[in-house]
Amino acid sequence: MNTQLRQFYKKTMLKILKYSFYDLMRSRWSYVYFLFYLLLGVILLFLNNDLSKAIITLMNIIIILVPLIGTIFGVMYYYNSKEFTELLLAQPLKRSSIFLGQYFGVALSLSMSLVLGLGIPFIFYGLFKSAVIWDFSLLLINGSLLTFIFTALAFNIALSNENRIKGFGFAILLWLALAIIYDGFFLMSLIIFEDYPLDQLSIAGTMLNPIDLSRTLILLKLDISALLGYTGAVFKKFFGTNLGLIVSFVMLFMWVILPILRIVNKSKKKDF
Amino acid sequence: MVTIKNLYKSFGKNDVLKGLDLEINNAGIFAILGPNGSGKTTLIKSILGMVIPNKGTINVQNENIKNNSNYRHKIDYLPQIANFPSNLKVKELIRMIKDLRGKSTLDTSLITTFQLEPFLNKKLGNLSGGTKQKVNIVLTFMFNSPIIILDEPTTGLDPISLIRLKALIQTEKEKGKTIIITSHIMSFVEEVADEIVFLLEGQIYFKGSISKLKSQTKQPDFEHAIASILQENHA
Repeated sequence: MNTQLRQFYKKTMLKILKYSFYDLMRSRWSYVYFLFYLLLGVILLFLNNDLSKAIITLMNIIIILVPLIGTIFGVMYYYNSKEFTELLLAQPLKRSSIFLGQYFGVALSLSMSLVLGLGIPFIFYGLFKSAVIWDFSLLLINGSLLTFIFTALAFNIALSNENRIKGFGFAILLWLALAIIYDGFFLMSLIIFEDYPLDQLSIAGTMLNPIDLSRTLILLKLDISALLGYTGAVFKKFFGTNLGLIVSFVMLFMWVILPILRIVNKSKKKDF
Repeated sequence: MVTIKNLYKSFGKNDVLKGLDLEINNAGIFAILGPNGSGKTTLIKSILGMVIPNKGTINVQNENIKNNSNYRHKIDYLPQIANFPSNLKVKELIRMIKDLRGKSTLDTSLITTFQLEPFLNKKLGNLSGGTKQKVNIVLTFMFNSPIIILDEPTTGLDPISLIRLKALIQTEKEKGKTIIITSHIMSFVEEVADEIVFLLEGQIYFKGSISKLKSQTKQPDFEHAIASILQENHA
């Protein structure tokens, strides 16, 4: 492919990203989502004086809520813009530019609601002078990564399911599985196989679930051993705090990249 | 201009196109006809690259369309059902498609022809079916490409707009373009088409002029000629 053509494709992807982003910025759901975080930030900071507790509460909310909103919004956006997508498909645009543009539009606007909604109260609180700025930034980066991961997973589900109801069902199931059921099964398997060395299994188990991975990552940074739990402790023992942070970051990025690659691949082969 | 060789496409167990060969090499208006489910839309969508064939090759102006999107600069397509993002204004949609596809100078005259000025600031979700179809027509014809594909272009149009559409199709033809149309309205097809491509069970059953079709089926008029093909093959 010559460079001129490649430039054209890159430009079209950015254009589609822009249109999807504006489209979502106009929708009232983005505002609701933004206002929710704004309210949450204000309440946690100004009505609760313990900053590290506020961050832990935020973490617990973010790692459950962000994946839920990411999946639902992703699936909803895909199905709602189906007709528009078909209009775009007949234009001289590459399929990957169309779908990646839409995906980044959704993921960016959701991340923006999160970052601005929580960031604004923190700025007013005087966070820049406080020592927890890194913990807090990590929380926001992690929340954004989770948004990118679960929106990508949602696009994967929607691309593979023509039937909306089925798509929504799978999306909710995915969230339930990773946010709630996974931990239960994981714990059960640890109890059942307690006679065996489980370090590797528990490390693998953590890596295979982005929500667990995020929790471990934040708790490692906050250095609260009491909350790390068995898997977190193993993680810390195995990698140490710094390497543990790096490894979990790399894994989270893998969780973004692999589903995106599948979006590109799947969209190339799909009939519309 | 469009060359299709040995095209196969199935959706699950449903074989839609079964080794279709088609060559359209000259300018003119070609009507693709066939009973429901004969593969008209699948054929059109394959040419547009929206449906990916299981087997076979498609060349558009000597360019293989596989893993290619640039050739679509040479095709204008009017989709069957015009569904646009409903919270977008007509003006914004036209601007957006121009932004994505390239410059167009024809849009203002087309908007005048189809009397769309009063609707430019309305949201697409609030337009009637016929008005949406007019927007659809403007979007299709504004790029002046050598190949035009129209899928059921008459849907929802009032008589005046229909007359204007026919005139528009004629002017485009005179510019030496290849126009491919599908329609269920036989009188429309008979009026505009130079050649008929009749699809049956995923293959080309007949290709030629309307008079050739009439003489081959020994029927006095076009509608009966089509009906006789269908009867013969279902009886």
